[in-house]
This record gives sequence, C-alpha cells and structure tokens, in this order.
Amino acid sequence: MSVPFLLEIGTEEIPDWMIPGALEDLRRRFLEVMPGAAVSTDATPRRLVLRAARLAEREADREELIYGPPKAAPEAAVAGFARKQGISAGQLEVRQTPRGEYYTYLKKVAGRLTRDILAGALPDIILKIYFPKTMYWTGKGGPRFIRPIRWLVALLGDEVVPFEVAGVRSGNVTCGHRRLGKARIPVTIRSYQRRLARNYVLLSAAERRARIEAGIRELGLTPAPDQALLDKLVNLTEYPTPIAGDFAPEYLALPEEVLVTVMRHHQNYFSVREAGGSLAPRFIAVMNTDSDPEGFIRQGNERVLRARFNDARFFWETDQKKSLAARVPDLAHVTFQAKLGSYLEKTRRNVALVTELGGDQDARRAAELAKCDLTTELVKEFTELQGVVGGLYARVQGEGEGVALAIYDHYKPVSMEDTIPRTPAGQLVSLADKLDTLRGCFGIGLVPTGSRDPFALRRAAQGVVKILVEGKLHIPVRRYLTGIPELEAFLEERIRYYFKDIRGFPYDEVNAVLASGWSDLVDVEERLSALHAVRPTENFEPLAASFKRIQNILKQAQFTEGGDIDAMLFEAGPETDLYEAFEQVRRETAGREYLPALEAIASLRPKVDLFFDKVLVNAPDERIRRNRLTLLHKLLKEFSTIADFSEIVTTH
Amino acid sequence: MESFQQIIFNLKQYWADRGCIIQEPYDLEVGAGTMCPETFLRVLGPKPYRVAYVQPSRRPADGRYGENPNRLYKHAQLQVILKPSPDDVIEQYLGSLEAIGIDLRKHDIKFEEDNWESPTLGAWGIGWQVMLDGLEITQFTYFQQCGGIDLDLVPAELTYGLERLTAFLQAKDSVYDIEWAPGVTYGDVRFEDELQFSLYNFEMADIETLWQLFALHEKECQRLLAGWPDAPDKKRYPLLPAYDQVLKCSNLFNTLDSRGAISVTERVGVIARVRKLAVGVAQAWVEQQQ
Repeated sequence: MSVPFLLEIGTEEIPDWMIPGALEDLRRRFLEVMPGAAVSTDATPRRLVLRAARLAEREADREELIYGPPKAAPEAAVAGFARKQGISAGQLEVRQTPRGEYYTYLKKVAGRLTRDILAGALPDIILKIYFPKTMYWTGKGGPRFIRPIRWLVALLGDEVVPFEVAGVRSGNVTCGHRRLGKARIPVTIRSYQRRLARNYVLLSAAERRARIEAGIRELGLTPAPDQALLDKLVNLTEYPTPIAGDFAPEYLALPEEVLVTVMRHHQNYFSVREAGGSLAPRFIAVMNTDSDPEGFIRQGNERVLRARFNDARFFWETDQKKSLAARVPDLAHVTFQAKLGSYLEKTRRNVALVTELGGDQDARRAAELAKCDLTTELVKEFTELQGVVGGLYARVQGEGEGVALAIYDHYKPVSMEDTIPRTPAGQLVSLADKLDTLRGCFGIGLVPTGSRDPFALRRAAQGVVKILVEGKLHIPVRRYLTGIPELEAFLEERIRYYFKDIRGFPYDEVNAVLASGWSDLVDVEERLSALHAVRPTENFEPLAASFKRIQNILKQAQFTEGGDIDAMLFEAGPETDLYEAFEQVRRETAGREYLPALEAIASLRPKVDLFFDKVLVNAPDERIRRNRLTLLHKLLKEFSTIADFSEIVTTH
Repeated sequence: MESFQQIIFNLKQYWADRGCIIQEPYDLEVGAGTMCPETFLRVLGPKPYRVAYVQPSRRPADGRYGENPNRLYKHAQLQVILKPSPDDVIEQYLGSLEAIGIDLRKHDIKFEEDNWESPTLGAWGIGWQVMLDGLEITQFTYFQQCGGIDLDLVPAELTYGLERLTAFLQAKDSVYDIEWAPGVTYGDVRFEDELQFSLYNFEMADIETLWQLFALHEKECQRLLAGWPDAPDKKRYPLLPAYDQVLKCSNLFNTLDSRGAISVTERVGVIARVRKLAVGVAQAWVEQQQ
C-alpha cells in the first residue's frame, strides 16, 4: 500500500527572497529520510509546503545477523546471549566466520511504519532548514527558525503524523488568508489546495504569478518588464491583485531614474510606459487582497508616492545649491576605508590612474567629480542611485555630455548581466575606480574569504575583466596590479570565470590560453577564439596529445634548457623532416594572426607523429639524444605562446 | 474622522484591554520609544511585562524647519511591549488597526522583512515593517538582544508612527494639516517646535558646548558604573540614573551629527562610546534584578 503525504509549516511572514532556498533545502532534507520519494514543494509567505505522492506505508521487513559468543564459550554465556535475544539456546545457529565458529541469531526485523519514521524525523527536518538569519521566540535557548511557527499540518493518507515543534503540535488544521479567509480550516490531502484557494490562499507560485500577469493585462497597461519585482511580489502575497494608480504629470520633470527608483525599490510598483516609450504618470501596485472596491488602496498608494516624490524634489532642489565641483573638498569628510583614507584621497588616486591609463580630458574631469554625489541629499536618501545622480547633476550643471555620461556609468557593470559603461571615458573611470579599490584593499590585506567580501572585490574584479574585454581596451592590466601576487591570482580567477562561465569557452581551452600568460585581456580573447576555432579541426587534438607527450618526455629526461639545435646531427627521414617543417612553420607564423598561425602549427601533426613513430629520442649517443630533446623543447616553447596545448584535454 | 488624540486614546484603550499598563512618556530626550527604560531595561531579565506608551521621539537630523510635509524633528511613537510575545500577537496587532477605524477587508496589509538594529544600544531584533496601502505604519520587532545580552523572554515590540497613521486615516498630504483635536491642527500645536529646533540643531547649537556636555554625561555614567562592582547594597544602587546619562549622550550625539560635527570616521567611534555605556548599564541591571 502506498499513501500520499502532506506537510505544511505554518509561520508568520517569511522574507520573500528566502522562500525558494528554504523549499529546496526542505526537499533535500526530506529526501534524505525518504529516498526516492516523488516530492513537490510550494510556499506562500505564511507556509512552506511539501507533498509526496506515494510513500510506502511501512519500510520493507529485513533480517539482521547478530553474533553471539564463540562456539567454545561456556554454556552459561551461550544461554545468556539467547536470553538477551528473547529466544532459547536451541534456536541459535553456529556459523563459520573468519575468526572461527560463532553462535549467531538471524533476527527478523519488521519494517518501521512510515508514520513513525516521519514523526521522528520531521521536527529535525523542519528546524534544520537553512535560512540566512534566524530568530528564537519561545525563550532563550529555544528552537530557531526564520519566523515563529504557528501551526503544522502533517498528514500521511488520512492520518495525522504526530509530532511537536516549538510547542506546536501537528494536526490537520490549516489557516487561510489573514483577512479574507478562515483562521482554522480542517483539511485532507485531497481537499487541501482547494480549501486554501477558497480561503484566498493561492498555494502555487505559478498561479499567483499568472494572476498578477492577467490582472495587469486587464488593466490595459504596459509595465516595464521586471522579472525580479514579479518574483518578489509572488512571494510577498497569498492572493495578489494588481491595481493601477496615477501621479501628477508635474513630477515627470524629475529625472526618470529617480521616479523609477522610488516606484520600484521603495514601493514595489511597476512603472508604466506610454506607447512612445516615455514614462507615463501611472504605476501598478500589487495588493495582497482580492479587490479595492472603494478605491481606498489606490488612493493610499497614490498619496504615499506623492510624498516620496515630494521628498525627492526637495532633495533635488536643495542639492542644486552647491555644484559637484564645489563638493570635491567635502569628500575629505567621507571615509572610503579607515586605512585607505577619505574619498578625496581616493578621488586623487583615481584621477592619477585614469591619466596613466590614457584617459582624455573628459575622463579626468569625470574621475575628479565622480564621487561628489556621495555628499548630496538625494544619494543619502537613494543610495542605489550613486553615480547616476552625479551624472544627472553634472549634466544640468553644464559639465558636458562626455563628463556626465562617464560619471553616470562609472559603477557599471554592477553585475555580470549588466552592460559596461557606454563611452571610453566612462570605461576608464570605472576601470580606474575598481583597480584602485582592488589595489588598495589587497595592499592592506583586505582579501575576500569564502562568502565574506565586504568591499565587493569580486564584483570589482569581475567588472575590470568585463570592461577590458568588452570595451576592447588593449591595456596590459597585469602592470597595474602593483605586483601583488594574491591580486594577480584573484584577477586570474575572475578572468577564468568570465571566459568559462559567462562566455562559455571550454575550461581546458581557457586553461591553455592563460597558461601561456596574460595581461592584455583583448589579446587573451583573441587567442582563445582562435584556439576554439582550430580545436575541431582534424589535426589539432592529436597534436595537442603529442605536445603533452613532449612535455612528459622532457620532464622525464630532466631536460634543462641550453644549447642550440645542431642540424648536422639529424638523421635523414622523419627527424630532418620534422626539423624542416618546424623551421618553416616558425617562419610562416611569425607575426601572423592567431588562427592561421594555429592552423599552421596543427599542420605539423603528421610530421610529429612520424617522428615519434620512427625516431628513438633516448638515443644511446648523448649528443644525439640531447639534440633531439632540444628540438622537442624548441617546438614546445615556440608554439606555446598562443596557448599551452598540453592543457587541452584530449579524447585520444 | 478620528482626531490625532482620539486615535491615541483608542490605541491606549485597546492595549490596556489586553493587559498593558499605560505608561506616560519618559521625561528625557530620546530618539525612539525603544530607548526608554520601560523598553530598554524592562525587556531584560525573566519577568513578564506588558506596557504601552506614547513617546515623543527626537531625531535632530530629520528636522526640516517645518517646511517638509512628511518629515519631523520630533514625532510621536506609540510603543507597545508584550513580553513574552503571545502566539496571536499579529492578530492582536491587526485588531488594534481595526480599533482605530481601519477596515482591513478594504485595505492592503503586507509584512515586509525589516530587521531592526540599534548599534548605540547593542540591541537588535527580527521583524517587519508593516505596510498599509503602501505606507509603512508600524515597525514590528521580536527583540533578540538588548545591551548585548540575549533576552530570556522574547518580547514583541510594536512601534506605531502616529503622525503617519493619522495622516493616512484623515487623508492628509501634510502632517501639519492633520487634526490634533477638533478645530486644532498639528501645525497649530507643533510648528514652532519644528522651526526653532531645526534652526538650533542645524545652525546654532554650539559644537564645543555639546562635546563638553557629551563628555560630562559620559563621565558621570562611567563613574556610576565604576562603583557598581563593589557597591555594598546592590539593590539600592542608582543604575536608572546611570542610564539617564546614556540617554543624554545619545541625544547629544544625534544633535552633533545633525550639526555636521561628526565625520564619518569619528562616527563609529562615538557610537561605540555610547554603546559601551548602554551595555554596561544593561549588564549591571540584569545582575541587580536577580
């Protein structure tokens, strides 16, 4: 017999962003106890739910072999063992073991009831679900969870799985929407989801998402696409319904960035576009209820937004009383990092670095003003707009579009998905800012460890890589790492990640190219593209395998560099052929682009193969042996400047 | 339409009916109702307690000379402490909103993650900001630590922003337009207060004097704390007056901050000085209560 299972952990409102991770962890922990079960999970802010389709009602019976005393043991010991097992000595069986003959008992163990297993395991499964931050609520030393647990539903078939967590006993009673539903709703596994829906709880995230999307369509508005906001609202509501609101068009005089940030980040509203693409004086809010018949909710949201916009306008106007340029000295009072000084000092370093990197007048001016918006009211209120606000202010203060754009973009890219700054000046300012942060922090030992990266150095390094490659900036970046080995390794790690995980190059190709050295990342990209293009050609992988062989031979021979090839020592045939081909390819590839060069190198393959086939490297004559090793060494060295082929993982 | 004061009466009555004693505001400057001894010290130790009070809260940096319709130098908080927190605390809280005339079936309530923390008090908790139709009306916190001490019983702390709540209920765009009592606006009662304190805090407070006052109060607190370990009669030892000195320091710090007298670098250090006093008092207080 198999039975379905339902677990609902009823809680107070769980932070939306923690829900997906918690469900994944719940599923994993459950499967540890019920391996192979067909499990599905769901959640709303007030419940984490796990359902399993068909669990066996009990474990299979099994047999357990228990060893007693050796055959030679006194009778009393044998009788004692039998008594302990609850049987007579006659029922024992003597078995041969590696250590001799022993009395044994083959015990039949009845499989435990699934209900009992679950009753024992669920408290632990529940309390061990991982959350980034937990609390206790029943008193010091009490259990910890993300928020207080208020009810538990645990049903196996028609029966309650009995257990207790934090003083809450499991049962068959769930709870509806806080205001639209009933507080106590008895359920069965079959009726569970339907009864919740009747009590204004849409259990399925997909269903809530669909309801939001359909509701928006019904409003006839086109919101700015925003998957992250949609995800958030789906996990912030049990019964979501979108409504539209308006704001006075006069606020459109404020920069769109400010308006959108207020709506999106402070109020969780979707902003709305006109048909022409400009921002409309409207917004979409998503309620956690079914309707707004009297318009109270719309009016309330409109009033809140109006107040927020008024604040923003007040800050904007106040900030204009002092130009960015006049704020530079104020940066002396804003700490960048205790040991690395103020933002004024950082600004000076950034300007010097931009100059060193070849930045033009716009780039240098932008670097000088880039951090000044940290002293403005608007950025103090909307910190996520730093940079953007500086760019907007620079524009209205007549700094010129090149400067304004460079300031505006200088925190970009803020993620791997984000684009790099639009202009060369912006790219250099961003690059200098990030390099300075990396050099400074690594210089004083602030190196990220594990998940601890308070200065977001990983993101900075990733930005450096992305800007250099995608901005096609031929900058020998290694030269700007001030010779700190940890920083070089750190950046190499990010370069590897970028080409492998973002750009999708195979890991061995990335390894091969980086093993030949790196500094100008545009050059790295070109070498990598060429290698990737030549990889599928017929000759390449076998040649790569040969290169690896060469490397092994040299290593085994403990070959040390020195001395030139003595062509007179070569025998006619494969050896001379390889040498001549090597010389020819060397001449051909000098100064050529990477792809033709790699193709030419790959064409060496038949000669290399034949060489290994016919020629004995370890010739008895030491001079000949050394000459052959030198040929192989030169071959390897000469043709490993684009990529180290021995890093290529071959199937042969 | 309920007046500002009527809303306060209703909330106090609601919580009094649920076993809270109704306290009066603390008579020193504080930045939040949490800082009053009725919260900061009472949440410590194993004794259950329920209290509600309105606390005028001063935040010098938030002053706007009475010109901004939403920001105030001094606003009123209704502070409710339920120690330990009852299982149905959220339902009780929602009931309090209905008690002041909010029909929750016609409004949108959301609980959005917001964990409260006060570095100066060594205190933090887990909770939400409660959003009513997109407006934050309450901070809801399960206290976890206070004065750096894990709490024996976990209290629920509800902090209602009374001006906001009233502006919402009265549908007013400016806090100065809300009706305090029939025929009397909030502006009539409080405008001068906002104007003059903004002027003082931002422009006229004498920085040198404030630093001296800070040092004096800090010293007085340190003196009292130094006497605690060897105090002959611990039950009678004046820890409450020591805590008053902490509150003085905290308000002076806020005023200096709004005056622009504290650089970001110094800030951390000054906060640490106040926290040290707060933690010292909290630890002594726990011992005294045993």
